[in-house]
Amino acid sequence: MEMVKLTIDGKPVEVEKDTTILKAAKTIGIDIPTLCYFQLKDMNIENRPGGCRICVVEVAGRRNLAPACSTNVAKDMVVNTHSIRVLNARRTVLELILSDHPAECLTCAKSGCCELQTMAQQLGVREIPYQGEQSTYRKDTSPAIIRDVDKCIMCRRCEMMCNEVQTVGALSAVNRGFMAVVAPAFEMNLEKSPCTYCGQCVSVCPTGALTEVDHSRNVINSLADPTKTVVVQTAPAVRAALGEEFGLAPGTLVTGKMVAALRRLGFNYVFDTDFAADLTIMEEGSELLDRLTRYLKGDKDVKLPILTSCCPGWVNFFEHNFPDLMDVPSTAKSPQQMFGPIAKEYFGKKLGIDRKNMIVVSIMPCLAKKYECQRDEFKVDGDPDVNYSLSTRELAHLIKSANIDFNSLPDEDFDNPLGASTGAAVIFANTGGVIEAACRTAYELYTGKKLEHVEFKELRGLENIRHATIDFDGLPINIGIAHGLGNARKLLEDVQAGKSQFHAIEIMACPGGCIGGGGQPFHHGDSEIIKQRAAAIYREDEGKPIRKSHENPFIIELYKEFLGKPLGEKSHHLLHTHYFDKSQGTFVEE
Amino acid sequence: MAKIKLSERKVEELKEVCKSFNNEKGELINVLHKAQSIFGYLPAEIQEVIAKELNCSVAHVYGVVTFYSFFTMLPKGQHPISICLGTACYVRGAEKVLEEFKRVLKIQVGETTADGKFSLSCLRCVGACGLAPVVLVGEKVYGRVSPDGVKDIVAEYQG
Repeated sequence: MEMVKLTIDGKPVEVEKDTTILKAAKTIGIDIPTLCYFQLKDMNIENRPGGCRICVVEVAGRRNLAPACSTNVAKDMVVNTHSIRVLNARRTVLELILSDHPAECLTCAKSGCCELQTMAQQLGVREIPYQGEQSTYRKDTSPAIIRDVDKCIMCRRCEMMCNEVQTVGALSAVNRGFMAVVAPAFEMNLEKSPCTYCGQCVSVCPTGALTEVDHSRNVINSLADPTKTVVVQTAPAVRAALGEEFGLAPGTLVTGKMVAALRRLGFNYVFDTDFAADLTIMEEGSELLDRLTRYLKGDKDVKLPILTSCCPGWVNFFEHNFPDLMDVPSTAKSPQQMFGPIAKEYFGKKLGIDRKNMIVVSIMPCLAKKYECQRDEFKVDGDPDVNYSLSTRELAHLIKSANIDFNSLPDEDFDNPLGASTGAAVIFANTGGVIEAACRTAYELYTGKKLEHVEFKELRGLENIRHATIDFDGLPINIGIAHGLGNARKLLEDVQAGKSQFHAIEIMACPGGCIGGGGQPFHHGDSEIIKQRAAAIYREDEGKPIRKSHENPFIIELYKEFLGKPLGEKSHHLLHTHYFDKSQGTFVEE
Repeated sequence: MAKIKLSERKVEELKEVCKSFNNEKGELINVLHKAQSIFGYLPAEIQEVIAKELNCSVAHVYGVVTFYSFFTMLPKGQHPISICLGTACYVRGAEKVLEEFKRVLKIQVGETTADGKFSLSCLRCVGACGLAPVVLVGEKVYGRVSPDGVKDIVAEYQG
């Protein structure tokens, strides 16, 4: 590789040619401020429209300042990243952006983690000298995401995530100049678009233009209602990220403190979505084996590969884009939605609580879960199996607003029976985790032998698309894994074309899996944070005394006492679902 | 958004246009140009067909359509009326002529009358400055138009 030598702020630096000034500066510890620029290293995700002009630097011999994010280094270039001219230009640029931004920081949902706010502080903006018209646009509320484009600074990160990474194509920059906004086609509401509610647009939005629908109020009201029994379930990915909101290092596991905090918030029962994840493995793993056995016996009608169905963003994606493949995914509900009916129809009934008087709250790293729990097929006489879904961020706000000193809480355990789980359930949080958990159980059920090494390291990692062959005692099982919907699309197109060699495919909508979900604490483009969360999840698994779902004693009990057997009649009724064709019909007359 | 029904024949024509550009995403602007010349405008339905044919998102197509002022999502009238607002026409009272058209047709610039007969737009110089102020109805040129003459021009096409 050809190397280029240059000088940045008086320091010599040598980098590969075609490196940007921004990246070259970073190699010698100089952080040039950026706003529209966004990168998730090692995940192939980058946004550099060069639009905001915050990252301008002075290059000797050039008349104009150069945007560092989109200007490549050159031989003997002399760069000054903090000359007075640069500092003045940056502040002016920011003042102009702020002149068309509502000054609602006191009440804005993003306050405290807003990159625009941070930038205004960093650059020392104390007043906005430019007064003029402000662009206004209607607010758009969908079941999971709120668009308030008055706060949009046209960085176009969301557009990049939605189109390039997720290939969902719900958002695009539309109109021009002062009227420009990021919006769905024909400026319809998000709800009418092919949006999957994966929430990746929210997770990269630097301001409060894209935020989640906040269900905290509903939860507080339920907790205050003495006639209601309020049950909470927490997804595996939450415990590996919640601590970040309280200043703990990324990758700190806070399972015990989270349970203690939820108890102090007044939840009657603190349960674990991990329990339902073990249940998912029982159903989904059995379905995999059922299809596989029938296939091996020569049944031509059986659909392989089987696709995991735990991720509601992914379910929305294939309902919109692959309606012809609707019989390919597993019919197993997601853990969140398995938990609901088990809580209301099994646990509640045991205690003599009518389902209308039980409120099930989920804590999720995800925004699509908010939509999922509102789907009609997950309601009984209008009563949802899961009433409210809060993101990891909303839970952190709830804990802070109740002045609970999170970091000094003791470690507490989940309640039983719906709080018991195995290591297999924990790893649902990571890309590759669901299929690894399924393999641990499917292997033993299929071979009848004990699995000596429960860790399938070949299924782990962060490559966009991975594949591995697992030896089921002489039977090779081909497994595909994709995280991020754009990667999922590639695997799905192979299935569509009949080219797929896989027996089973795991798909998670978000980069990294649920640990990188749209409801997690903001990582601000630091992929190291996502890696730390993943490592924490694997640590939690290692520390669990039981690491296979089918060995969870409370799951065994549940089948014995209530469900019967996996894929049985009761399971089918309570734990399985069906999918809907949501591909937009054409307007064209046939 | 009101749905319109496209004739199958026109849709086939549109698909042929896409095909002539190898259904390439990068040819979107060229395809939109052709589509607008076939249909006169680019309603949502047309944009959906194009998005499908070029394998890109409808949001992206809409983004391009709304970025360039040449593209329009509103149908033009049967008789599109254009008033020249070039320098020569302007100084000879084109603005008053425009105001009169707006008053008579009860529409603004860029709009179409409810019966679909007339639409109103402005342009800059048709190269007939000697006839200023100039008005075009379809391909026909009217010169030395005064506000008083507007009613007669409209009446010609009312029949």
